[in-house]
Amino acid sequence: MSNIGFTAYLKRDLLLSYRRLGEAASPLMFFLLVSILIPLGVSPDPERLAELAPGMMWVMALLATLLSTEGLFATDHQDGSLEQMLIAPQLLALPVLGKVTAHWLVTGLPLTMVSPLIGLMLSLPPVAMVPMMASLAVGTACLSLIGAVGAALTVSLRKGGLLLSILVIPLYIPVIIFGSAAVQTAVDGFNWLGPLAILAAMLCAAIALCPLAIAGALRLVSSN
Amino acid sequence: MASNRDWTWFYRLGSPRWFYETTGRWLPWLWTLTLLLLTTGLVWGLGYAPQDAKQGNSFRIIYLHVPVSFLALAGYYLMAIAGAIGLIWKMKLSYMVMKSAAPIGAALTFLALFTGAVWGKPTWGTYWVWDARITSMLILLFLYLGVLALQYAFHSQESGNKASAILALVGTVNIPIIYKSVDWWYTLHQPATIKLTSAPSMHIDMFQPLLMMIIALYCFYALALILFTRAEILQRERKAAWVCELALQADKDSAGEAEE
Repeated sequence: MSNIGFTAYLKRDLLLSYRRLGEAASPLMFFLLVSILIPLGVSPDPERLAELAPGMMWVMALLATLLSTEGLFATDHQDGSLEQMLIAPQLLALPVLGKVTAHWLVTGLPLTMVSPLIGLMLSLPPVAMVPMMASLAVGTACLSLIGAVGAALTVSLRKGGLLLSILVIPLYIPVIIFGSAAVQTAVDGFNWLGPLAILAAMLCAAIALCPLAIAGALRLVSSN
Repeated sequence: MASNRDWTWFYRLGSPRWFYETTGRWLPWLWTLTLLLLTTGLVWGLGYAPQDAKQGNSFRIIYLHVPVSFLALAGYYLMAIAGAIGLIWKMKLSYMVMKSAAPIGAALTFLALFTGAVWGKPTWGTYWVWDARITSMLILLFLYLGVLALQYAFHSQESGNKASAILALVGTVNIPIIYKSVDWWYTLHQPATIKLTSAPSMHIDMFQPLLMMIIALYCFYALALILFTRAEILQRERKAAWVCELALQADKDSAGEAEE
């Protein structure tokens, strides 16, 4: 386990995020602030909010994750440590998985932890709280992995941010469909483990395949 | 033994110049065939096929909608496979084909969505509904546009090629979802009428023009792909001697005509 690079890069990225806690917390801040916009912009009526809450919270979580995916490989590319990763003897897929895991621990997991609070503010029915947390935990992991593929493809571009969104959102759509379906199913009173299982299956496929796609993309396009 | 055989024919397939010259010979036939099939199919389907029992005449848009959707899906596979060949064997011709397939596929997908919307208004009462197949076709449109955008985003042609190829491959998972979405989800869109292993569930008189239109669209796709790829070859190989000669020859021809 010691020389495949997964834990090394996981620890490295967590340490780097810890040193820049402000930057690391910005997706969370975005999620919180934007969630305030819904009652202000649409309607503060609790019943209407309860109808919108599952989907809107998922959309906000998706956007917050999307914004933070830009910087996944950018800083490493700028200071040259990405090249060190490329020429290292380890299989590139595993350090990459370590980086993406660190990214999820710093963005997706706090989002999940904070979601009951946001749910409270948006009148999310109490029965949907646990499904919301479960679907967000699994779903944001998928989003981190898929977003990292887009980040790897656009790492060497200067204005890569917008292009990243265009590339990655079509791939995000299945995740958000099943994620918000899990919460909505719970609100409607049915068994929400079905959509959650599909989300989990997507996560398994993503863990297996995305690191390979990311590694391939990094190798091929890190020189513009 | 395989190494004693002459594999030149295989390597020649990867030469842009060979492709340009060979397809130049095919073009007149392809144009004739495509126009013939398209006109016959459209006139037959729009004019002479029998009316539908429930939908009356508005079902006739099927003769555009179904072939175009077929091609949008098939075109994506073609683009992804061309990208894969380019990545594995590093064939630049394959990348050119992939790049040419992107705008054609995007246009076909848009046409499929548009004809579907036009068909939906009189039959379902709405132009748009967020069901599985329509939503996944919309995703397909954005995937095509993404592949195209990525091509133009990079300074080096090589990086652009490879990035687009990777994106095309990553998006391939969407095609089975589109195809099977009408079976997996309870959806407004009707299930598959044309099946591989059993008779189609529509009347043979309606089915024959549909088949002709599908073949016509395949010919049209081949024609469009060849035309776009030829343009791409000329652009990418513009510094090669054979392209310069071609351009000079064209200049001389048009100068000769102007003099007369």
